[in-house]
Amino acid sequence: MTLAKWFDAAAPVAGAPGVTGLAVDDDGWRGAAEDFAAAGGRLVALWAQGAESGHRAVFAALAASARVLVVELPLAAGESSAAHRYPGLQDLFPFANRMQRAAGDLYGVHSTDPDTRPWLRHAPGGASYEFVKVQGEGVHEIAVGPVHAGIIEPGHFRFSVVGEKVLRLEERLGYAHKGVERRFSQIGILDGHRLAARESGDSAVAYSWAYVQALEGQVEVEIPRRAAWLRALALELERLANHLGDLGALGNDAGFAFGLAQFSRLKEQLLRATEQCFGQRYLLDAVIPGGVRADVPAHAGAALERCVTGIAAEARELRDIFDEHAGLRDRFVGAGTVSCALAARLGLIGLAGRASGQAFDWRVDAPCRPYDELRPRKCGAAGGDVAARVAVRFDEAQESCRLALGILADLPPGAVQTRVPAPPADAFAIGVIEGWRGPVMIALSAGPGGSIRRCHPHDPSWQNWPALEHAIIDNIVPDFPLINKSFNLAYSGHDL
Amino acid sequence: MLKTLRKIHRIGIVTEPAPAADESLRVREALQRRILDVMGRALCIRAVDAGSCNGCELEMHALGNPIYNIEGSGIRFVASPRHADLLLVTGPVTLNMRDALRRTYEATADPKLVVAVGDCGCTGGIFGESGAVVGRVANVIPVDVAIPGCPPNPARLLSGILAALSAGRVSSA
Ligand code: SF4
Repeated sequence: MTLAKWFDAAAPVAGAPGVTGLAVDDDGWRGAAEDFAAAGGRLVALWAQGAESGHRAVFAALAASARVLVVELPLAAGESSAAHRYPGLQDLFPFANRMQRAAGDLYGVHSTDPDTRPWLRHAPGGASYEFVKVQGEGVHEIAVGPVHAGIIEPGHFRFSVVGEKVLRLEERLGYAHKGVERRFSQIGILDGHRLAARESGDSAVAYSWAYVQALEGQVEVEIPRRAAWLRALALELERLANHLGDLGALGNDAGFAFGLAQFSRLKEQLLRATEQCFGQRYLLDAVIPGGVRADVPAHAGAALERCVTGIAAEARELRDIFDEHAGLRDRFVGAGTVSCALAARLGLIGLAGRASGQAFDWRVDAPCRPYDELRPRKCGAAGGDVAARVAVRFDEAQESCRLALGILADLPPGAVQTRVPAPPADAFAIGVIEGWRGPVMIALSAGPGGSIRRCHPHDPSWQNWPALEHAIIDNIVPDFPLINKSFNLAYSGHDL
Repeated sequence: MLKTLRKIHRIGIVTEPAPAADESLRVREALQRRILDVMGRALCIRAVDAGSCNGCELEMHALGNPIYNIEGSGIRFVASPRHADLLLVTGPVTLNMRDALRRTYEATADPKLVVAVGDCGCTGGIFGESGAVVGRVANVIPVDVAIPGCPPNPARLLSGILAALSAGRVSSA
């Protein structure tokens, strides 16, 4: 295997299971990416750091089956951004384009790829951004956003259409850019989980867990078994809540308000039961370094068990109703299709990837504690359309119910926290947690005296936003809200 | 179809009745009266995400579920600032959203109310102010009421909207 030579040369990296690291030069950077692409591997994330983090460098996390190689390409110091353009990876992994442009915006490190438009940094006063123009008779443009008609995160969509049919969609993101990476370096490393959770509030457990997984890896702290199980409970409740919300919204977007009423009712029940257990409806502060913030009171656990049992039964019933509803089938089937081949080429990942035959799930492929004990089932479909993304949500909602009930039934006794000291300066680790949308990654470098030298959070939406541009082609504009919702990608999580 | 009808029948109306103990409902009844007093019609809200983490949006969505049922209280989320009486703004306001927020405010007809949502909308929250973040909503547009919380739950959101109606900017305008 060509990949063996890379893994053999690499050294283990703390944090998530199966991660290794290797410093490379330009040839190694390109060579590793080419070998991973040729072997059907994936690019998990690409990020950079500036001189203020010690030295300028660009990083890529490459994955093949359950193993990850983080390659680091140090870049020459110096003021001029043209001093060293690192080899671009867009031809191998198309979505690298935007991550490379983001690295250019944030750290002034630029690739050799031709698209040099800014991505996260917008021109002052909203000055023009060069959208690709579609020429031809009868083609006109529709611009939507950044403020949307509903309760939605900010982003801009530029459609080129003929009649109602979409010829091309170009996304413009970065409106929710909050400079989180610089913010990380202003807070203590033992407090960083709070900011990580707020990278994307709908995936707070996934982000905060990925963060503390990296942190605990740096100091080699094993958390108590009960704490690990409670983290998994929190993560599955987060997944379930989001899936319930999305299933209702998808029904509604297809004209079936009944679906929204039912699923939003179930979601509210779940949030209330979650609050009894963890003290919050949304678990922005449940995961802390060394464990979880508080134990689940026994009576609240029992109430949650009843609640989840009820939700599982009702979700099954609602699935029958969805499946038999001719109007929904008509809108779902064949809408916004990303074929398995296209998904593989684009590196589609997470829930949307699993609906297009990309059968990756970190909980199964490279399980961290306690998923090695819980043994989740991988869900998936091959249709790649809205119907497939709906089906995967139904399956995963059931699976999360099953896991949550299993955790509540067999919750091991013991403490829910242990002490975590600040890691030594220069400690580096990677955290990866499969959130409801897909794998969330944190790259964490410690600074001196309990500070953060560099923290990069990566959202799976980086991979999946470009696929939405493909999914909408040849569909009609009025189907965009439905297709967009079926992916339900993050803006804040993506915009850093 | 039969299954759907059966389900509707079986679940019935889940919108919570108004026991004195239920804070969220007390708010809602008062809210409806207040809306009618001030507006004489439904209150139209335009949601603006000026850079939030999406946590606050999740709780704004919950206002529409059958348990809080704000449409039943005469509140509607509308698709254009031109139809809105009140802007419900989450933050922190990012630099990249500052102008869009200002333009939305300007496009909203007077008299108008602004409610800033969440710790971030109130103060900038954990993100503070920086080269990328302008901070609290009030740094960009005038704010009538600020609802703290991370995120504030639906009952608090309703209380805040009510407080905005009582704040009197509309009635005095
Ligand atoms: S207040 Fe909390 S939930 Fe709301 S945007 Fe800020 S961090 Fe997110």
